[in-house]
Amino acid sequence: MPVGRRLTRHLTWWGLAAVPLVFLGVFFVWPLLTVLIRGLWDGGFDWAGTWAVVVDSRTADALVTTALLASLGTAGSLALGIPGAYVLYRLRWRGQATVRGIAAVPFVLPTIVVATAFTALLGRSGPLAFLGWDQSVWAIALAMVFYNTAVVMRIVGGTWASLDPRTADAARTLGANRRQAWWHVTVPALMPAVASAASVVFLFCATSFGVVLVMGGTRINTIETEIWLQVNQYLDMRAAAVLSVIQLAFVVGILAVSAWARRRRERVLGTRTVDGTRPATVRDLRVMVPVLTVLGLLMAAPLFSLVERSLRIPGGHGIDHYVALFTDPPRSVLPVSVWQATMNSLVTAVIAAGIATALGLIVAALNAARGRRAATLDALVMMPLGVSSVVVGLGMLLTLNRSVVGFDLRGSWWLVAFAQAVVALPLVVRTLIPQARAIDPRMRSAASTLGARPWRVWASVDWPLLRRPFGLALGFAFAISLGEFGATSFLARPDRPTLPTAIFRLLGRPGLENMGMAFAAAVLLAFLTAGIMMTSERMRTTVGGDL
Amino acid sequence: MRIMRTAAFAAATIATVTLAACTSDADAEPTNSATPTTSPTTSAQGFAGQSVTLVTHDSFNVPEEVLASFEEETGLTVEFAAPGDAGSLVNQLILTKDAPLGDVVFGVDNTFASRAVAEGVFADYTSSVPAAADADQYAVPGSEGLTAIDYSDVCLNYDLATFAGDDPALPSDLGALTGADYADMLSVSNPATSSPGLAFLLATIAEFGDEWETYWQDLADNGLRVTASWSDTYYTDFAAPNYGGDYPIVLSYASSPPFEVVDSEPTTAAMLNTCFRQVEYAGVLEGAENPEAAQAVIDWMLSDEFQAAIPENMYVYPVSQQVEIPAEWAEYAPLSDAPLTLDPQEISDNRDEWIDTWTSILLG
Repeated sequence: MPVGRRLTRHLTWWGLAAVPLVFLGVFFVWPLLTVLIRGLWDGGFDWAGTWAVVVDSRTADALVTTALLASLGTAGSLALGIPGAYVLYRLRWRGQATVRGIAAVPFVLPTIVVATAFTALLGRSGPLAFLGWDQSVWAIALAMVFYNTAVVMRIVGGTWASLDPRTADAARTLGANRRQAWWHVTVPALMPAVASAASVVFLFCATSFGVVLVMGGTRINTIETEIWLQVNQYLDMRAAAVLSVIQLAFVVGILAVSAWARRRRERVLGTRTVDGTRPATVRDLRVMVPVLTVLGLLMAAPLFSLVERSLRIPGGHGIDHYVALFTDPPRSVLPVSVWQATMNSLVTAVIAAGIATALGLIVAALNAARGRRAATLDALVMMPLGVSSVVVGLGMLLTLNRSVVGFDLRGSWWLVAFAQAVVALPLVVRTLIPQARAIDPRMRSAASTLGARPWRVWASVDWPLLRRPFGLALGFAFAISLGEFGATSFLARPDRPTLPTAIFRLLGRPGLENMGMAFAAAVLLAFLTAGIMMTSERMRTTVGGDL
Repeated sequence: MRIMRTAAFAAATIATVTLAACTSDADAEPTNSATPTTSPTTSAQGFAGQSVTLVTHDSFNVPEEVLASFEEETGLTVEFAAPGDAGSLVNQLILTKDAPLGDVVFGVDNTFASRAVAEGVFADYTSSVPAAADADQYAVPGSEGLTAIDYSDVCLNYDLATFAGDDPALPSDLGALTGADYADMLSVSNPATSSPGLAFLLATIAEFGDEWETYWQDLADNGLRVTASWSDTYYTDFAAPNYGGDYPIVLSYASSPPFEVVDSEPTTAAMLNTCFRQVEYAGVLEGAENPEAAQAVIDWMLSDEFQAAIPENMYVYPVSQQVEIPAEWAEYAPLSDAPLTLDPQEISDNRDEWIDTWTSILLG
């Protein structure tokens, strides 16, 4: 290849990469580094102070607890999610799309709403009180399973749906019994997807905040809750920074495992693109009934409790709180109606999802060809998943609290959309990259040989194949920014609440009206999410993405 | 359209930044109260075309018309920034004091006030509007930077039905709660993660002095429940008929019972001898871009119009004696005659240690 063309290609690569890099640089890396430097650098690196935090027994305890909780949450999600993936993705049956949509709802529910539901089950007078799990590690792990089972089902289900059933059939024909075919054919083919799902869920569990604090009754401390305490209560920036670095190291390790698992999986994906689903038969009921029952109990019990509370009125039940969503709150708890907050959320989510998917497409295009720089970009984009939102939110306050290259974003409502885009980007990328890599490179070569410019190659080869996962990623990003609370609570203006911040504020005041409205608003959020997820499911290709 | 408007506001802010000269004394010591500034003579439309940024916590709420009339009177445009809840507000002000988040802050409470004062976050200002005299009784000793705007009592609330008869009888005071009659009855929130939780810890320290650690040990032995936040305790645990939880005594506010009136009958009440008084302050930020406008905002917050809107909008009591409290509050939400209090300086000096000790007793 002539030097000139190679140079052009390099320039194009870096030119494209600059877009997500600058975005993440301004809205993620810069804020993060600002907080870290402020904590660690005081006229010089403070070795003694840093070492004191590292060897503090609280740090070790938090690290152990984080690993333990994340392991429990991941194991539970896999135990439930893998059979769930079989029933919901490998088999085909009527009503399946609805169940898939509902299964994604927990993903966006505010912690306090979920905690109330779980306390109703596990608390002193709940039906599961005999377990003694209230305010224990087990309660937190159970809530994590509730939140993350859908993630496992989507990742594993996507692969399972595309496994060629003929391979297992061939093994059976060659004399393997059902069990042997399962262990020697199906399991190895699923393992990469399972490992990939496990690492993503582990990351979610390891950095979850509200669930740990609320479900554990503040008795259980993880790295994430320690960072929050050090910042919000003790104003100990050094401890917060040291803990953030430890968390970062922990997360980088998980990401490395995750990347390794993905590479193995994408090889499988690149070679087989068949529809491996089959209609469910009466015999399948033996699997479907127990799996759907367990799933139903875990998902439906808290959701039922949520709906019940939203209907509670003095002396009975009614739809009063739903009607109230459309009127101005009776005691001006909120400056606007919940309906207006929903509109705020939708507009923000459209912008955030637009930014996240546009950036995700660029990252995916650059990752179509493997390489070290592509892998580094991929890893960088994943980082926001594993960094404390308290630290990023605080960093945004410190860095964006002035005009940045002529733009005064302070108090600007755009910051909310930007922050949500940062949060949604990793999942968008995980949805798009496997699809981009599964496209046969020979098709691009052929197009180039025929004289198409790179842009034209992308538009005529990549885009038609990426369109459906793009729809799925868009839906995902939309749902995530709709439910995002951590970063939003730092940045949302009091006069422009989003749906989750409105729910939080309603639950900050006493009174059945406020609680009822909060729960009705949570049901509305759940419906919106399920609807978006069901729509995006339709755009899904038979060959699954990571999510 | 709203996006466009926000962008226009932001642009206006940039424009006015350069207009407003920084008049505050940059090297003023926080303890140096020798030359407090006095109220600016705010003529009508004196700030035409300018803007002022009000930093507050996410519970701040003012009716649209009260805000509109202030903006109309002064010509100011009020921008809002709400970087989180009340607890994190002070820490964020301290971390951003070199480039303040805005001109004026509302919502610093007496459990955090001294820390912020010691860090030099506020510029001195003493309002001379009539209600300032009422605010003065809550002044932070040694600081001219904070003006009290509202207050509330954090108190234990109880379910009336549970204690309707003689068995169990209503606990007489905080000390009684460690008795066997009240085993497994009390739910409070963690002082490290919840601001009413911290207020209640301070109430027990004010009540029992050095014996507070023993008191909490006894509470823990008596089946005390600890949650992460006020909402967890109130909505999930409270045995009041509206919620149906398992705990008849929970930590809340003196102003909570009016919200629990069902068919004109109260269902809960506050134990008025368990209350800690929380005071919320406003202050001009050191290094504010528009300090005069910030002072006008503080005067506005002490005005009858703003003060009268406080109970219904922020669910706390106004400092001004001139405005009327809603009838329902007067009937169902009386304040404590003798709330428990602690010196803000003492709180500031010991808070971290108290929270650590509390954590090791309750959760260790």
